[in-house]
Amino acid sequence: MADTILRRWNQEITIAGIAILFLLPLLAIQPKTYLTLTIAGLAMGMLLFLVASGVSIIFGLMDVLNFAHGALFAWGAYVGFSVFQTLMKWVVADSILQNLAVFCIAMVAAMVTVGLLGVILERVIVRRVYGNHLFQILITFGTTIVLVELIRVFWGPNDEVMTVPRTFSGNWDIMDVIVSRYRIICILLGGVVYGLIQLILKKTKLGTIVRAGVEDRDMVQAMGHNIYLLFTGVFAVGAGLAALGGLSMSIFSLQVYPDMGGTYLLFAFIVVIIGGLGSVTGSLVGALIVGLSYNYVAYLVPWAAAGVNVLIMIIILLIRPTGLFQK
Amino acid sequence: MEVPSVNETILKAEDVHTFIEQHHILQGVSFEAKADAVTVLLGRNGAGKSTTLKTVMGLLPASKGKITYQGKEIQKSKPYQIARMGIGFVPEHMGIFAELTVEENMRVAMLVEDAATARRLEVVLDMFAALKKFWKTKAGNLSGGQKQMLAIGRAIVNDTSLLLIDEPSKGLAPIIVDTVIDSINQIKEHSVVVLVEQNFYMASSVGDDFFILDDGMVVHSGRMEELIRDEELQSRYLGISKVED
Repeated sequence: MADTILRRWNQEITIAGIAILFLLPLLAIQPKTYLTLTIAGLAMGMLLFLVASGVSIIFGLMDVLNFAHGALFAWGAYVGFSVFQTLMKWVVADSILQNLAVFCIAMVAAMVTVGLLGVILERVIVRRVYGNHLFQILITFGTTIVLVELIRVFWGPNDEVMTVPRTFSGNWDIMDVIVSRYRIICILLGGVVYGLIQLILKKTKLGTIVRAGVEDRDMVQAMGHNIYLLFTGVFAVGAGLAALGGLSMSIFSLQVYPDMGGTYLLFAFIVVIIGGLGSVTGSLVGALIVGLSYNYVAYLVPWAAAGVNVLIMIIILLIRPTGLFQK
Repeated sequence: MEVPSVNETILKAEDVHTFIEQHHILQGVSFEAKADAVTVLLGRNGAGKSTTLKTVMGLLPASKGKITYQGKEIQKSKPYQIARMGIGFVPEHMGIFAELTVEENMRVAMLVEDAATARRLEVVLDMFAALKKFWKTKAGNLSGGQKQMLAIGRAIVNDTSLLLIDEPSKGLAPIIVDTVIDSINQIKEHSVVVLVEQNFYMASSVGDDFFILDDGMVVHSGRMEELIRDEELQSRYLGISKVED
């Protein structure tokens, strides 16, 4: 009986358990501070979700460990940086419409540029090493070095300050709870991207074929679908999501630098391991766990903040080695 | 799709060799499937029956030999190209997408969603009423027999002129095996069927021609009624005990 309930309501029980766990800091933190930290954690989580979902989808469908994902993330940030530099008048304008327009232009430019980069990467490099994880790690790690050096060639080796669109900066004071505007934008952006991915995966035929491909690639081919074309498309989408993550994170952290992908790639892998490879919902839950726990622990025990996510990952690996949402 | 004339060879494999890693599994398999017949590939475990179907389907590369389908060489074609030529495949493990619903499994299988496909879907749902009943259920929650029905249904929902089925009776209750036999008898009215089977009851119920594989080669072939009469051959290659007088 208990076993049946656990199996049937597996995901719901997991989410409820996590929610209860994240209410515990209320015992040690003032409610208003808790709300501020929660919003910061949700924003960080949503940004990590943008990066991790690409890693997860690419591994889930293609069985490819893409270590170049961090470099694609950095490319997204730099393309966005260039758009902001070119349209600086719109960035510093007081008009919300101009700010939104420049953000959307940067977003499209970053996703398209890095998506195309992803297509080239998949066709020229990754396709040769399907089925061999060791070669995938080596070749995508080598690609990372090339892509990061190309950033140094095109944009220079120094850190650059990322300008925040004027109306995105600043805070709202809602009943004494300080809420950063850009964090709310990040939460909304992450929510919209998650909704779009779910909509495509669950409601379109292409998405259904992708989900089928995650389960059994050979069978999808034997049903007449060109899995290699699908692989290229999925890789491009994953790269595009990395770019969106890079752009959003650079505005969040107010800087771009050539090696910025490495730090966030590590977070992305932690998120994916917690959530389960191949599951978009797993990536979202994993990212929120990482974002929230980082912020709560950074407030309560600052010296432990960096290690808490690794600790959570180890616990999840011990309890459920395939991740929370992996079947 | 054009209806092939009686006795026309639809599928022909000639001296096909296949390796899985360093293992030489198929060592020169030759067989043919005719338009008016259900061709059964028989043999013990590890004889190379499933590997033969996977090689025809392009899921395993043929290192040597020729496979022709309706006169066209296909041994270098990719699986999706072969499927688009009108070849349906039901693998041994059924290849059900467990996390997808029955409906989604069928949608993935449909290469074109037109009126003709809708009519074929109706035929499939009439043939396998359980699929209609569990239309919105995750395929992973179906019983073994229902999964087999779904696997066969997916393979014939397109304009399939050749159906490759790998051990459809495996792990099924006898009553379900009878349902699968009925369905194959219905399918053979419209499509050519190549069946891999170890269950001799099923093989003899639906088969017209047979090829026995042993150690990656065809060692015997003929009409099924000859095999049904030849207990010696059944005993030697299929492990079926002779009935003592």
